[in-house]
Amino acid sequence: MSEVPRFWRESRHRYRLVGTRCTNCDTLYFPPRVICPTCRRESVGKMKEEEMSGAGEIYSFTVVHDGLEQFKMQIPYVMALVKMKEGPFLTAQIVDCSPEEVKIGTKVTATLRKVRSEGKAGIIQYGYKFTICP
Amino acid sequence: MRDVYILGVGTTKFGELWDLSLRELASEAGLKAIMDAGIYAEDVDALYGANTSGGQFVDQEQIAALIADYSGITELNIPSIRIEAGSASGGAALMQAYLAVKSGQYSTVVVGGVEKMTDVPSEVATEIIGGSLDAEWETFFGATECSIAAMIARRHEFEGKAKRENYAMLPVISHKHASMNDTSHFKNVIKIEDVINASPVAEPLTVFDNAPISDGASALVISADLKKINNASHPIKIKSSSAANDFLSLHDRKSVDSFRAVKKSSDSALSLAGLDIGKIDALEIHDSYSIAALIQLEEILGKDAVKMTEGNDFYFNSSKPLNVSGGLKAHGNPLGTSGLYQAVEATVQLRGKAGQRQVKDPRNFLIHNMGGLGTTSVSTVIGVD
Repeated sequence: MSEVPRFWRESRHRYRLVGTRCTNCDTLYFPPRVICPTCRRESVGKMKEEEMSGAGEIYSFTVVHDGLEQFKMQIPYVMALVKMKEGPFLTAQIVDCSPEEVKIGTKVTATLRKVRSEGKAGIIQYGYKFTICP
Repeated sequence: MRDVYILGVGTTKFGELWDLSLRELASEAGLKAIMDAGIYAEDVDALYGANTSGGQFVDQEQIAALIADYSGITELNIPSIRIEAGSASGGAALMQAYLAVKSGQYSTVVVGGVEKMTDVPSEVATEIIGGSLDAEWETFFGATECSIAAMIARRHEFEGKAKRENYAMLPVISHKHASMNDTSHFKNVIKIEDVINASPVAEPLTVFDNAPISDGASALVISADLKKINNASHPIKIKSSSAANDFLSLHDRKSVDSFRAVKKSSDSALSLAGLDIGKIDALEIHDSYSIAALIQLEEILGKDAVKMTEGNDFYFNSSKPLNVSGGLKAHGNPLGTSGLYQAVEATVQLRGKAGQRQVKDPRNFLIHNMGGLGTTSVSTVIGVD
């Protein structure tokens, strides 16, 4: 089953880490939001898109041993809560390292990677993953 | 407003029930509840059906209509509505049924939950369970519900709030209680080392930190009809029910290792019931993951909760009996059913009919059912007058 529009809609946010800033309270949100959860109606029409740098640090993490079908080939893989330099937190994989290298506080940077695909001949979906800063 | 009572309860066994379909499970539980209440289908004004993911597990939506149909009550045109709130569906349905009766629109309502999870392979079930997360910003990137629980656990330990043993103890307690319950998915007793050393699912969590994938259905008949209440053999009162929500995703919360919605809904339920936590004789909480259970206890009982895991306080014959049913961990976790089974257990205990695992003379139970990890929280106080 093709889900092109569903993933195309989010592509610029996922490819370039584009969030939204509430210009009423000056808070940056990622994933992007239409309404600021603090300012609510005061924020209507005042949410502006903004790209993040990709720099962050690991706030918490886990090594996944029993995962989703789509990610089976990658087991064991590291999932982390990343605190971005600009403030927002996000959920992402940490790649190109052994699980032992991952610690709370480790500095990481975003990289664009293939995330999943719809079967062998299906659409490939891309998005951010993070690597440990040298 | 008027008082609402539980007239009857019914449940199936929980577990891998290969030979029973969703509709058979649901009608078995519903029929048992109606027989226990001593009423007939003509007495029922409405049916609320709780189910989390029937559309994905067995390709079936309109599940309440199906349950009513195969329970043989459709000739009566009884309104039958499904309630979905992730794994809090059961608690949410109980709350809606309670409010419907309390409001005066309906006098007697059947509320039932059913989930048929074992018709799909376990990886598919893991994917479906992950449906309670944010599909676009968590699951898309490889997160499972257990991986989110694991990240809560890691940060919680890092903050120095509890040790591994504190939450590893909770499955041990649930298994002990489940061993004394005939309808349990698991009846084996385990030790704390078994939990810590079992095969990892998402580190630091192992298979024993996770509730199982189970089939099962449970149902209750609730009513405000004085005549029916007087006829019922052991009417038990629903004293309050209250819900609260938090951000869907962990990454959007101000604190990742606390559940503020749990604090809100439990405080509100206690206040509506006119009770403080000291007057609660036993708790049934949503131990889908051991760490989630510990954090619920911190929210409901306060700071002492962590220390209490180090003693015997939480056993059925001790000071604060916890998950005397066996909990979701060991009695089983058929998602949409779990919150209703908690209410069945509370009722059976308050009637004094829980056999070997009977809590001594309980007057009030607090049951807490949760959708995802702290996203949807429903607390209900069930007691004797």
